[in-house]
Amino acid sequence: MTRSNLSRLLLSAVLAGTAVQAHAVDVEVEIQNLTRGIYFTPLLVTAHTPDQSLFNVGEAASTELQAMAEGGDISGLETAAMAISADIVANPAGGLLLPTATTTATFTTSDSNTSLSIVAMLLPTNDGFVGLNGWPIPQQAGTYTVYLNAYDAGTEANDEIRGGGSPGAPGMPVPPPLEDLIGTGGSGVTTTISNAMVHIHPGNIGDADMMSGQSDIQNTVQRWLNPVAKVTVTVTE
Amino acid sequence: MKLSMLRNVVIVGIGTALLAACDHNDNNRNMPEPEPEPVMLTYEVTIENISAAQPLSPVAVLLHSDQTLWQVGESASEALEVLAEGGDNSDMLAVDGTLATESGSAPVGPGSNESYQLTVSDEQSAYLSVVTMLVNTNDAFTGITNKALSDLAVNDSMTMMLPVYDAGTEANSEAAGTIPGPADGGEGFNAERDDADTVSYHPGVVSSQDTLPDSVLMAEHRFDNPVARLIITRVE
Repeated sequence: MTRSNLSRLLLSAVLAGTAVQAHAVDVEVEIQNLTRGIYFTPLLVTAHTPDQSLFNVGEAASTELQAMAEGGDISGLETAAMAISADIVANPAGGLLLPTATTTATFTTSDSNTSLSIVAMLLPTNDGFVGLNGWPIPQQAGTYTVYLNAYDAGTEANDEIRGGGSPGAPGMPVPPPLEDLIGTGGSGVTTTISNAMVHIHPGNIGDADMMSGQSDIQNTVQRWLNPVAKVTVTVTE
Repeated sequence: MKLSMLRNVVIVGIGTALLAACDHNDNNRNMPEPEPEPVMLTYEVTIENISAAQPLSPVAVLLHSDQTLWQVGESASEALEVLAEGGDNSDMLAVDGTLATESGSAPVGPGSNESYQLTVSDEQSAYLSVVTMLVNTNDAFTGITNKALSDLAVNDSMTMMLPVYDAGTEANSEAAGTIPGPADGGEGFNAERDDADTVSYHPGVVSSQDTLPDSVLMAEHRFDNPVARLIITRVE
């Protein structure tokens, strides 16, 4: 037997072992906002079965995802997650997760809930969110790091001006402290949705004018480059 | 004979010699064991600038004891501020706890790379930090800090793609006179802190061709993550 065959055999043995041994593990999920000036609304952290998901790139957002991405409301997603017996930590930061701040969610996964998903809206945006979609939780004890990108739910035009957070309401919700951090009087960047499926967010444009201009977003502070979050997962058995 | 086979023979030869030495010392069991000679570990660090138009200031490369030189969410040290605002790496290279340091001789331009060699003994647990400024910015820098090297065997190497950090010590105004690089030729370090005073990932520069009319930066000065590639090889 050649060595490559042997290692293939060993690998399949390891994989088979993993499948058999899938079991409840204690998981600590530390989430850090890496951005200079973007706020995360209350986070939803869930462990669920691999066949479920909160969102999928290239597919239309669910109404529950839309409510989260446009207004920061995770109650719909939380209800949906409970319905599929997911392990859930809702709002671990107790409100907004400020730029560069860190929060931690801790739970014990049920046997079959081996996929980790995380979402929260990004402020100020129209329907931007930070997301982790079905990351396989290692069954082996250890510390693992994942970096998250910013997505666009594809449900609202990115006009970048003050508005509402209800699903379908145009404009961006501006809860405190955002109301004092963004501009006003913007004419609106765009009125069209270029891609109605969930996609990588094109980023904020903003402008340099706090009183008028095209956008209410500050271009030197409230932009980002991916990744926008660092997730450190510590698995113990 | 292949080199690898030759090495095996040499190692077997040394093993035999050691066994022989042990036999010889059978009558001297109470003699203290001689201290093993420290083994020297040499690392080669290569940084490649993969930006469009952001020269990297003379690179600071440090092997040091277990310590982070910056952390997202924490305030920048003054040594980091001096480097990130003005490209001056001298304070950073002088931090406490270093085991070996190297300084780049000149800026590393876009498309260029530079390599450094640092040596420590195996009695010291070495952690690597590399840090350099994106000079056509107010206070952007890239690098890694406190990377453990103890798992690296001879000829092992690891490659990392580096993100851009914002030191948070100077507002990203992009205004004339505030950027030390060739795009402006303006001021470097200024002790005043007029930004978040927290290290974060960088939001990117805007430029006058985007939506910042007073910026001295142009489209080519914009960047995305990653901005540099780092290759660490243990060569000895």
